This record gives sequence, C-alpha cells and structure tokens, in this order.
Amino acid sequence: MKKIIALTLLVFSFVIIYGQEVPQVQIKDINGKNVNTKSIVENNGKPVLVCFFATWCKPCIVELTAYNDLYPDWEEETGVKIIAISTDNARSTNRVAPFVNSRGWEFDVYLDANGDFKRAMNVVNEPHTFLIDGNGKVVWQHTSYLAGDEKKVYEMIKKTAEGKPLK
Amino acid sequence: MKKKYFFLILCFFNIGFFSVFAQEKDFGHISGNFQTDAQYYIEDSKIGAAAVDEQFLINSYANFVYSLGKFSAGFRFEGYMNSLLGYPNMGGINNGVGIPYRWAAFNNENLEITVGNFYEQFGNGLILRAYEEKMLGVDNAFDGLRVKLNPYKGIYLKGLVGKQRYYWDDGDGIVRGFDGEIQINDLITSFSESDFRISLGGSFVSKYQKEENPVYNLPNNVGAGAGRLDLSYKGFNIVSEYAYKINDPSADNKYIYKPGQALLINTSYSKKGLGIILGTKWVDNMSFRSDRNASLTDLNINLLPEISKNHTYSLAAFYPYASQTNGEWGAKAEVMYRFARNTFLGGKYGTTVSVNYSRIHDIKRTSVNDTTPLWASGTMGYESSFFSIGKELYFQDINVEISKKWSPKLYTIVSYVNIFYNYNILRGASGYEDIKAHIGIIDATYKFTDNIALRGELQAMFTKQDEGDWGLLLLELSIPSWFFVVMDNWNYGNPDTDNRPHYLTAGFGFVKGGNRIQLTYGKQRAGVMCVGGVCRTVPASNGFALSISSTF
Repeated sequence: MKKIIALTLLVFSFVIIYGQEVPQVQIKDINGKNVNTKSIVENNGKPVLVCFFATWCKPCIVELTAYNDLYPDWEEETGVKIIAISTDNARSTNRVAPFVNSRGWEFDVYLDANGDFKRAMNVVNEPHTFLIDGNGKVVWQHTSYLAGDEKKVYEMIKKTAEGKPLK
Repeated sequence: MKKKYFFLILCFFNIGFFSVFAQEKDFGHISGNFQTDAQYYIEDSKIGAAAVDEQFLINSYANFVYSLGKFSAGFRFEGYMNSLLGYPNMGGINNGVGIPYRWAAFNNENLEITVGNFYEQFGNGLILRAYEEKMLGVDNAFDGLRVKLNPYKGIYLKGLVGKQRYYWDDGDGIVRGFDGEIQINDLITSFSESDFRISLGGSFVSKYQKEENPVYNLPNNVGAGAGRLDLSYKGFNIVSEYAYKINDPSADNKYIYKPGQALLINTSYSKKGLGIILGTKWVDNMSFRSDRNASLTDLNINLLPEISKNHTYSLAAFYPYASQTNGEWGAKAEVMYRFARNTFLGGKYGTTVSVNYSRIHDIKRTSVNDTTPLWASGTMGYESSFFSIGKELYFQDINVEISKKWSPKLYTIVSYVNIFYNYNILRGASGYEDIKAHIGIIDATYKFTDNIALRGELQAMFTKQDEGDWGLLLLELSIPSWFFVVMDNWNYGNPDTDNRPHYLTAGFGFVKGGNRIQLTYGKQRAGVMCVGGVCRTVPASNGFALSISSTF
C-alpha cells in the first residue's frame, strides 16, 4: 500500500500539471444528433461555461435559472457561451428538451445519458460547473450551488475573458 | 493482487516519465477526483439501528486520468474499510482495498479503442447498459475491449467484448455486443438542413456462460437484439426502441424458457414556455445478466428505465418505484407550462407548473396448458400477447409542482404527490397492504442578501398503511462557501403509539472550487433508496457521517 501511495505521488511530481483540455467524448444534442465535446466548447477565443445538471436535481435548476437570468448581460460583456450538460439517464433523457424549453433557458443543452462526459471531467455530483478559456483549457471549476454563487462565477468569467490571472 | 497494482502504477509512472523527457512541449495532463463517505455508528434500539462491530465504516474512491493528445489512461482506487451499512456486500465480499477499474484508450476523431474497464449504453439500454451509481454501489463495468468507429459521416458503429465487474472480480459470463446507428441527416447531404431528423439504430448482444445445471438443459449462449427509431421535427420528438431476447432461464425468471420482449416509446412536444411528454413501456421477461444465477444489483447487462418521475424530496421518495424486469406495462404523461412574466398567474417573474402522471401494471399472463402452473420452472412459464396489460396495479403517481419567484428575495416550490404503491410486489414481500399516500411539500428560499439565504422544507405524508403519517422539517442556511442544516423527520402517525420517533440531524458543509466537505450528526430512518432503475435498502442508523469530494 505504501508503495502505491509513494508511486502515485511520484507520478504527480513528474507530470507537469496545467490547464486540462476538454476531453473528446461523443454525446448527443437535444435533437439526438451526435456531437463531439471538443467542438461544443469552441467559442471563437471567448470563454465557455460548462454546467453539469439533471432535471431531477433541485440545486441545479436554481443555479441554471440564475445563470439564465444573467446570461444576456454576461454574453454582451464577455462573449461567454453557456452550455448545459444533462446527466439524466434513459429514465428522463426525453424529459430534458421539454423541461428546458418550458423554462425558456437560452443555453445549448446536451445529453450525456450514460455519464461518459461526466466521468471524463471527473464530476462527482451535479451541479458542477467548469470554466473553459478561449484556448479550450479548463481554468476554473465549482461544485454545488449556494445562493449568490453566480457572482463568483461571473467574476471568473470576466477575468478569463480579459486574460487576467484568476487568483 | 498487490503485484498487479504495482505494475499498473508503474505503467502510469512510466507514461508520465516518458512524456516529460520524450516530448518538448506537451507533457500530458493528470486529472481526477476523490470521494470518501465515512460513518461512525451509535447503537439505537429505539429506531432499530444495530451496533456495528467496527464502529466506524468508510467507503473511498479516487480516479486518476492521464491524457496526452489522442492517448488517455486511468484507474480508480476503491477502499471499503469496511463497507458502509446497507451497501451491497454479500456477507463481506465487498470489504477491502484495491484497483478494480483501470483502462487505456486511443481516441482519434473517427476511431476509439478502449482496453480494460469501460461503461457503455446501446440505445436506451434495453439490452445493454453498463454504468456506475456509487450511491447504490452499482458498478457493472465491462472488463475487456471496445472499438468505436465513425467510418462515414452519420454512421456510428460500436463493438465490445468483456466480462462484467462482480465486486473485486469479474463475473462468470462473457458479453459480446455490437451497435450501429445511422443519422440520416448527416449521411444524406440534401437532408442536412432539414428540420425533420431521422436516426435509426440496431444492436445485438450475446452472453456466454457455460451450462452446468444438473436439472435443466440451459443455453450456453443467449442472444438479444434491439432496433430503434428516433424522429424529430421542430418541437416534436419520438424515441422508440423494441428489444427481443431468446430463452434465458435464470434465477430471476425461475428458470423458464420463454423468450423476452420489451418496447419503449417516448414522445414529446415543446416550445418556449410549454413542454408535453407522453410515453409508454412494455416489458416481458427481460432480465438479462451475465450470470444466470446472479441477483440484486449484480451483473446486469441491461437496464430497463422506469417510466415514473424520479422524486428527490425525502417523503415523496419514501415509496419509490423500480422497474420489474419480469413484466410490466406503464404509461406516463407530463405537462410543464410556464406562465409568462407580467401575467395574472405569472406575476412579475413568471410561474412554472408541472403536472405528472404515471401508472404501471403487471402484464397479462395465461397458462401454457391446463396442467402447468404459471412460472413453472423448466417450462415455457406462461403465455402473453404483445402489449397485454394485466389487472394488478403496481404503482401510480399523480403529482403537481408549482415553482414561483415572488420577489428577488423569495422563491418557493409547492408540490402535491399522490402515490399508490404495491408493497408486496415492489419489496418482494407478502402480506402487506397496498400503500396509498398523499404527500404535500413546501420548499421556500429567502435571500437576506445576495449570498446569504435560508431555505426551509416542510413535508408531510399522510397514509393509513405501513408506518402511518410522517412529517419533515428542514432548515438550511447558506453563506458564502458554507452551509448549515438541521432536519427533523418525525413518524408522528405510527399506528404503534409507543413507536413514534423523531429522526433529528444537524450538519454543516464547506464548498470551495471543486471541493466539498460535509459533516452531519443524527439519526437516519430505514428506507429504500433508488437511483437509475435499481434500489437498495438502507438500514436505520445513528451517528456521525462525514463526506468529502474533490475534483482535480
């Protein structure tokens, strides 16, 4: 066991860690068309906010509703694109389109029915949000949703859009 | 086993090492996550919480993924020291530490090859779905080889062969599967801009398990096939799939030789402010496992999705439905509507209303002949006609949910849920009354400032059966990065007046970036927890619970 831990630490010390690129995973858009996750996070050099959610997840809905209310302003000021990734499984994948449309959410929504993208991004629980910079690298992430988190999220989007360091 | 891990880590180490020296710019990247759930147990005879020998039980997971260009590899450490109470454990089989999940993959845009462990779903999962659900301890990952190919635009092919995870080992059977999907709009250029989208798919799965039964002559190989058609036009959407499985006598179906069938149709229409869903499902003898003797959550090859709504409020989820693989018919309907802003019912900020209905019955079965009883082992078991609906009601759920923002400070969700629950069928028991329950829920959030909020949940369940009425009050205060929760779950209407316990809990948590830590102390009632088609019983407990998760 000690060996395992020691070696794992060694791996960390040898591999230089920097912003992770978004992995290539095939998921579906809301009409069932196959898309590659690499292509959906492209936004002409502007930041992209990737939000993992599920229709049965109450905090996710509160979070995305808050983002949706602010989206027009955020988009105008920073050019950010928000995409929402539903991890609803076959029980409720067909519920996603009506759910999203009835709420009038403006973001592009994708279906990750077997959690392939969720797993590739190492998400433990929804809601989980990643901020991707203009080069397609993950620069910031946030799990759970507490009231007012959108302020912090916007602060990070703004800094990323302006090319400023996040810390 | 130890040697195996050592080798694995060494491989990882070498990849990292190699990438540092062999390439000038890109050294690759490591990402992963960590999760641990621990509980300190205190005996409490009043609520039926038994003493735990170890006193302290802990489940931990850590994933590591290394990626460099088109190559990626990873492994998952898992430790159960010992396994949390109620987690699938089969008399201690799950206790221990190890690396049951490791993989390597090459991913070129049109070709993906994975060796080692992987998850997969064909279509809607009627004949193949490998997935993980840590909350329930479900993990039926394949261990083998998978190839995904996109040979021409609009054509997607997948092939796999593998054994399935069984706790720390692989199960007995070998599963082989193929899936093909054609997206017509991408394949035929003149259709590419059309609003009308068509997608066709087909899959075939077979399992091999050596036949060693002294009584019956069982098939070594069992094949299953499925076809699907998805259509969409503007706001309309139809998802449909039919599956057929040859005779597959197993412990689940009492070793009958009848073939299995399943049909799933989901339709929806939506436009801004409105969503409508209609769906139906019919299942006949479709349990499909890579070991014919397996039970509970072990070694499922497929997963038949439920048709009822997935409730998350505690009392609405008190009597949860789970798919009955031996046979069921179900239908559902849901309407979601948003009353626009600045209308009478919408108010200043709009109001969202959803009404959901689902009803599930047994299918209709008749005897094979006059002398053979239904479900007689070693026979065809029964006869059933396609899409037949039986008399026995398994489950019904009528629910209404209204979400409304009253002001920048106040937001409420009000729900009513009416449940019919066939206790004997859904819990595999006998002699219990069917449960009819009404549940009311008020969930209100008040924001004192932009980032300080108090949320309260008041829930009540009224039923004359089982343990009678329950009430629940929850208060949650959140300030930046922190939250504090107190909850009382009270069985105030238990017919046994001496047994009306309060289940009080209190806890707090901290969240920063991709990290979350939560500590709670208190009592938890016994119950059934279901996620994604399977359920497990959670025993009553009392004590401290610590949970930590981190994504890096």
